[in-house]
Amino acid sequence: MSAFPLTRALDRGTTIFLALLAAIAIVVPLLNLLVPASSPFHLSSYFVALFGKYICYAILALSIDLIWGYCGILSLGHGAFFALGGYAMGMYLMRQIGTRGVYAHPILPDFMVFLNWPELPVYWYGFQHFPYALLMIVLVPGLLAFMFGWFAFRSRVTGVYLSIITQALTYALMQGFFRNNFGFGGNNGLTDFKEILGFNVQAPGTRAALFAVSTLALMIGFLICRSIVASKLGKVLIAIRDAESRTRFLGYRVESYKLFVFTLSACMAGVAGALYVPQVGIINPGEFSPASSIEAVLWVAVGGRGTLTGAVVGAILVNYAKTTFTSGPLAPYWLFMLGGLFVAVTLLLPHGIVGTAQQWWASRRKPHERRPVANGAAAANPHPSEPAPRAAE
Amino acid sequence: MRAFCERLLALVFALSVLCVAATAARADAYEDALAHFLADNFDDTIEGVNAVAASGHPLAEKVLGALQVRRLMFSAAQKRVFFKDDADNLFDAASGSPASSAPSDLEQVRLNNRVRNIIAAILGNLTLLSPDPNKRFDAAQAVFKSRDANALPALEQAIAKETVARIKRALSEARAAVILYAENSAEADKVAAVAVIRDRGDNDALVLLRGLPASTPPAVKQLAADAITAIERALDAWETARGTAQNAWFGISLGSVLLLAAIGLAITFGVMGVINMAHGEMVMLGAYTTFVVQQIIQAYLPDSALLDYALIISVPLAFLVTGLVGILIERGIIQFLYGRPLDTLLATWGLSLVLQQAVRTAFGPTNKNVSSPSWMSGSFKLGHIDVTYNRLWIVLFTLTVFVLLLALLRYTRLGLEMRAVTQNRAMAASMGIRTGWIDAMTFGLGSGIAGIAGVALSQIDNVSPNLGQGYIIDSFMVVVFGGVGNLWGTLVGAFTLGVANKFLEPFAGAVLGKIAILVLIILFIQKRPRGLFALKGRAVEA
Repeated sequence: MSAFPLTRALDRGTTIFLALLAAIAIVVPLLNLLVPASSPFHLSSYFVALFGKYICYAILALSIDLIWGYCGILSLGHGAFFALGGYAMGMYLMRQIGTRGVYAHPILPDFMVFLNWPELPVYWYGFQHFPYALLMIVLVPGLLAFMFGWFAFRSRVTGVYLSIITQALTYALMQGFFRNNFGFGGNNGLTDFKEILGFNVQAPGTRAALFAVSTLALMIGFLICRSIVASKLGKVLIAIRDAESRTRFLGYRVESYKLFVFTLSACMAGVAGALYVPQVGIINPGEFSPASSIEAVLWVAVGGRGTLTGAVVGAILVNYAKTTFTSGPLAPYWLFMLGGLFVAVTLLLPHGIVGTAQQWWASRRKPHERRPVANGAAAANPHPSEPAPRAAE
Repeated sequence: MRAFCERLLALVFALSVLCVAATAARADAYEDALAHFLADNFDDTIEGVNAVAASGHPLAEKVLGALQVRRLMFSAAQKRVFFKDDADNLFDAASGSPASSAPSDLEQVRLNNRVRNIIAAILGNLTLLSPDPNKRFDAAQAVFKSRDANALPALEQAIAKETVARIKRALSEARAAVILYAENSAEADKVAAVAVIRDRGDNDALVLLRGLPASTPPAVKQLAADAITAIERALDAWETARGTAQNAWFGISLGSVLLLAAIGLAITFGVMGVINMAHGEMVMLGAYTTFVVQQIIQAYLPDSALLDYALIISVPLAFLVTGLVGILIERGIIQFLYGRPLDTLLATWGLSLVLQQAVRTAFGPTNKNVSSPSWMSGSFKLGHIDVTYNRLWIVLFTLTVFVLLLALLRYTRLGLEMRAVTQNRAMAASMGIRTGWIDAMTFGLGSGIAGIAGVALSQIDNVSPNLGQGYIIDSFMVVVFGGVGNLWGTLVGAFTLGVANKFLEPFAGAVLGKIAILVLIILFIQKRPRGLFALKGRAVEA
């Protein structure tokens, strides 16, 4: 039974994409570690760390696409789940520092010694164990999303209302994590990590391995999303996206579907955050800022909502552009670019790069050969997220 | 007429003769008393102090006051006493006139603690009988604090003579304090004294009762303990009431700021259903308009009184500027996105980034200084609450804007058409209303009001490119809480959130208070998914 949705998920496009990712997961670390630095094929550690970061963003984008592109839930607070996963990983890494911190305290992290905390807060217990940290990485964002979604979906908070409330959620969390007495390092967050599972975080080998693991996580995430989307569950989600009331009238428990997919998506975002932290070397409350959450939504919009490959492509493209622009002389104009991108994508390219490409590809086929576009009904509805006419309000 | 003048003159003359005679009689005793200060030994000085006080001479208070701060001098050779004022000018103590030249052997009248205590007590007593009611009151308070037993006779005398109720009470309290701290007073007196102190009921009374001497009889001690708890309870209640009133005012003040920021949003989001994430940037543009107006006035009319009214000039200008920008946004972007609220959200968010960066490029990233007009600075006390004028003006201004907007929607052609389009777009269009034009106007109106909000917020917030961001989430909360499509809901929502925020802050801190508000709103939406004042209708949200 479990194999059935999986086989259906693995259509040709998915298989090619997964194979591509697998190739990247193997080749990039090899080019970094084994090829000598003088060779033109060598990839620098900087490159590996940078693209490792993009891969994590891609997982985040995937999680947003799952709920937005397929279920019409626009979360402007997914950065919160990403950051929570990141903090869980950061707490593990902090506990691994041990006596090598500035104050050489065997248990307390540096910032707690600095702030005169007498002992470790209860919620820091257990984070020295990697499996426990792994559990928390999934559990904390998942639990928060479950509680939040349970309240929100049950009372039928939808559309922009939900977006605003998710934004307020991440805003509130940001305010909280900025405080020193929350016990998460306040303004500075968690940083100065030494090692993960006994390997030095800074070492090229560890970085390459983290890159490979992140890509693997992306593949798994992609596969999970793909099997959901291709299953009957996925069809119901799309139905909810396109006509929520109608789906409810047909007898589906809309809020349960939404809650499930929202929680799953939050768990994925948490994993993305957890992989992000050791590669970047810091997690601070800035990750909770509403602006970064909404930026993540843009990645999906650029790549193409409702196409899983689009989310991955969008995340990598936009972030690559961001790195290029903000490090060059064009840095002051980046926000113009970013803002312009938001406007341009929504006005001119509502299906994103991949979505438009798929439509174009489909229109080139002869009508009798035409089959549904790879990732569901995106092409069938010109405005997938909002079919309702304004008069309904 | 002439006769009257003569009689008046005669009267004046007679009175002055009388006065001179009286002072002459007193002057003798006074001058004798001054002589005691020439001996330069403490016993004589004490005698002098008592004698000067007893003389009742008008200068007595001045001399003793000078002695207390070591400004009383004497010359043994000339047998004269002098005092210095704060500016070190020398005066003759006998006549009170400035001394022509300082004698060469001028010496200070020395003091020890015994002399000092006596002076303090006597000065208190002297002023207890002063003709000036304020001085009498201060003296009574001083005795209340010093609890000097020597003051008792003067107190009794003063109480007997006193006619002003307020001072009489202060004097009785002072007497009670003295009695409670005196070793030899009768227990019955002390019991009565505790009752008097208990009625006073402030922090000073608490201090006094807590510090009763060990020799106090147990019955009195018991009474005092009861009185302490009673006073503490009363004080707590009073403090709570004052805190509540202050919080309520802060809450109303915050609520009016929220309302001001949200009211434009209530138009664009509430009435039109368009979600405008660049709303905060409209507020920001309004604040920058104020800044520019002030800069222009400062540059071209630096001396005119116009600067004080720059704020008033800015209001219509900010409305025009942001209203125009709003219409441009509606025509340029939003009109293509109707029916796609999530896309509208993203596009306007992008727009807000562009606007912020544009302002940052044009004006620089730093805070701009918008000066406050003179009629908006300062504060006054209402009861025990501090009310600053700028907050008060903002509350009044907000309510004015609200009422005007309500009137506009209800009584003008534009308002009528706006409501028609909101309620049934297709029907409105078929009745000949240009819905597109109404959309643009409505959006312009909402944006213009945001600009006006910016003018007001420039007075209480930093005018920087990030000004708007701080308000956008709160504004949306207000609109969602109050109910979409209803301005009254926005009003109630804003003030409820403002007051709730300020009342939660003392318990939870500003940040946790905000989080608590958020959780409360989420819970509230469980109960009323469409806000406090929901539009009733049969349409189902698809």
